[in-house]
Amino acid sequence: MTDTPNLEKTPVRDKSRFAVAMESDFVYAFKRSPVAIVSTVVVLILVLSAVFAPLIAPTNPFDPASLNLMNGFTAPMEPNAFTGDTFLLGTDDQGRDVFSTILYGMRISLFVGVAAVLFAMVLGITLGLISGYFGGWTETIIMRTADVQLTFPSILVAMLIFGIAKGVTPVEYRDQMAIWVLILAIGLSDWVQFARVVRSATLVEKSKDYVAAARLIGRKPGAIMLRHILPNVLSPVLVIATISLALAIIAEATLSFLGVGAPPTQPSLGTLIRIGQGFLFSGEWWILLFPAVTLLALALSVNLLGDWLRDALNPRLR
Amino acid sequence: MTEPVLSIRDLSVEIPTRKGVVCPVDSVSYDIAPGEILGVVGESGAGKSMAGNAVIGLLNPPARIAKGEIWLNGTRIDQLSGDAMRRLRGKEIGMVFQDPLTSLNPLLQIGDQLTETMLTHLDISRSEAEKRAIAALQEVGIPGAADRLNSYPHEFSGGMRQRVVIALALCAEPSLIIADEPTTALDVSVQAQIVALLKKLCRERGTAIMLITHDMGVIAEAADRVAVMYAGRLAELGPVREILTSPSHPYTDGLMASTPLASRGKSRLHQIPGSMPRLNAIPDGCAFNPRCPYAADKCRHDPGPQGVEGRAACWFPIVRERTA
Repeated sequence: MTDTPNLEKTPVRDKSRFAVAMESDFVYAFKRSPVAIVSTVVVLILVLSAVFAPLIAPTNPFDPASLNLMNGFTAPMEPNAFTGDTFLLGTDDQGRDVFSTILYGMRISLFVGVAAVLFAMVLGITLGLISGYFGGWTETIIMRTADVQLTFPSILVAMLIFGIAKGVTPVEYRDQMAIWVLILAIGLSDWVQFARVVRSATLVEKSKDYVAAARLIGRKPGAIMLRHILPNVLSPVLVIATISLALAIIAEATLSFLGVGAPPTQPSLGTLIRIGQGFLFSGEWWILLFPAVTLLALALSVNLLGDWLRDALNPRLR
Repeated sequence: MTEPVLSIRDLSVEIPTRKGVVCPVDSVSYDIAPGEILGVVGESGAGKSMAGNAVIGLLNPPARIAKGEIWLNGTRIDQLSGDAMRRLRGKEIGMVFQDPLTSLNPLLQIGDQLTETMLTHLDISRSEAEKRAIAALQEVGIPGAADRLNSYPHEFSGGMRQRVVIALALCAEPSLIIADEPTTALDVSVQAQIVALLKKLCRERGTAIMLITHDMGVIAEAADRVAVMYAGRLAELGPVREILTSPSHPYTDGLMASTPLASRGKSRLHQIPGSMPRLNAIPDGCAFNPRCPYAADKCRHDPGPQGVEGRAACWFPIVRERTA
C-alpha cells in the first residue's frame, strides 16, 4: 500500500454558523410549535419590559417624592376624583401606579428567580459532577444529603434557610439583604435536582472511552470534569434550569406573599399580590389582579417553554 | 536483544468480591520490543484488556495489581504514585480504544483533542501543536488534514474516526501504543486499512504496539509475536508463524481449528467443547483441563508450567513435526 486511498470527500463548510443553526432540527421544531413561539414571545415581552422598566414605567414607585397620596385607590382608566390623573392599571392605597409597580416588581421577581436558579445550577452541577466522577464516600454523603432534603417540601426548606439567614443578619441590613437571602434560600432548596441529573449523566459519560483517554493523557480530574464531562451533560441541565426558573419565580412569590420575602420597599410580584390581597374585598380588585395575572403569564410561559425544550431535546419523545 | 519497551513480569490482577478474591490476570509475563507488534488473543473475559489496563494504570477499583512488576523503558511503573504515573503514561503510552464512537469527545473539535494531549505533555506552543496535529492526521491518512482540525467527531465516518483516534494516540510520540480491539467496531474492509496503518506506523516510527484482539485474522495480518491468554493465564507465547501453524498448547490448537477457512469447504466449524470457566470457578490444576482433549490426571491437580516465551503452559504440549 503506497498511500491511503482518498475514500471520503472533505465536507465543505460554505455556510455560516448562523445559517447552519437555522437549518437545525431544533429550529425546525421550534417554528412548527405554536406553543413554543407564543410562550417565547410572552417571555421576551415580559423580560424586556422588566429590564427596561425605568424607560417604560410612567412613574418610579420607589421614589416617594413622585407619589401623591391623593391618587390612592384610583381605578384603572378612570380619572382620579381629586387630581384628575388617569392610570392604565389604577393605583394602590399609597397612590403608586400599579402598572409601574408591576414592571419594577417583575424585575425583582426575575432577578431573584434567575439568580437563584444560577446558584442552584452551579451548586448542583458541581456536587453532581464530583459525586458522579469520584463515587464512593463522597457520592454517598452528597447524594444522601440530597435525598434527605428531597423529603422536605422545598418551600419549607427555603423558609427555614430564610429564617436562619435573617436571624444572623444585623437588623439594619435586613431589608438590603432580603433579596440576597431569598436567592440563597431558593437556590439551596433547588440544587438537588441538578445534582441528581448531573450525577447520573456523569456516570454514563464517565464510562465512555474518551474520558478514559483523557485520564490516560494525564489530565487532572478537575480538567476532565470541566472540559470533557460537563459539556456532555449540559443539555438535560438546560431543560431543568428552564423549568426551575418558573418554579423559582413562584417560590419567590410564595415567600413574598407569606411576608418572608422581598420587603415592601422593594416589592416583587409576590409582595404586590400580598398587598393587593388586603383590598380585594373592599372592591379595589385591580391592586391584586394585575400583579397576579402577570405572575401567572410569566410562570406559565416559562414553564411551557421548558416543557417544549424538554421534548425537543429528547430524541426519544420525537 | 534490544531493551524491551514494555516488560511485564509475573503480573497478577485481583478483584475482591463478596464471594472471595477473583484473579482475572494470573501470573502473566511478556515483553514487547521496540517496533514490534505483540498480539494478545483470547476469548472475552480471558484477561486481555485487564492486563492492558493494568499497564496504563487505569484499573478501576476495586481491581488492583496483586503482584508482579511492569517495566516501561527501564522504569518500574506499577508502583508509581498517581501523579507520577499520570505524567508518564500520556507521554510514553498511547491508547487506541475499541469503539471510535465513544473514544472521542463528541463536543470537542478534533483539533482541540489532538492539541490537548500535546499541550499537556510537551513543552510546545499552541501553533506548534496544531502543526503537529495536522502532521499526525496526514500520517494516518486523513485527506485535507488542515481543514479537518475544526471538524467534530460526528462529521467523520467510523473508519475515519478510528484513524483520528490513532492520530490521537500517536501525537505525543509514545514508545508504546496499546490498541484494545481497534478493529472490532469496524467493517471488514476498513479493518484491513486500520491494521495496515498500525503496521506502517509501527515500522516507520519504531513504536511498540500491544494489539489486543480476539480476531485471529487481525493477528495473522499484523502481529510479530502472539500471546494467547486463557482464564487470565498465559497459555502460549511465541512468534506468530509458529503459533498459527504449529500451536503447542491444546487451547491454541482448538482456537486455530475453529477459525473459518475458505479451503475447509462446507464442513461444520470446529468448536472447543464447553466454555471458559467463570473467574470464581477456575478449576484446580490447569484452567483448561475440563475442555482439553488430552487432559490427564496430572492436569487436574497441578497447574503445570507457567507459559513463557517458546513454552506452552501445558504438561503435554503438542509436538509437531516441522513440515516446512
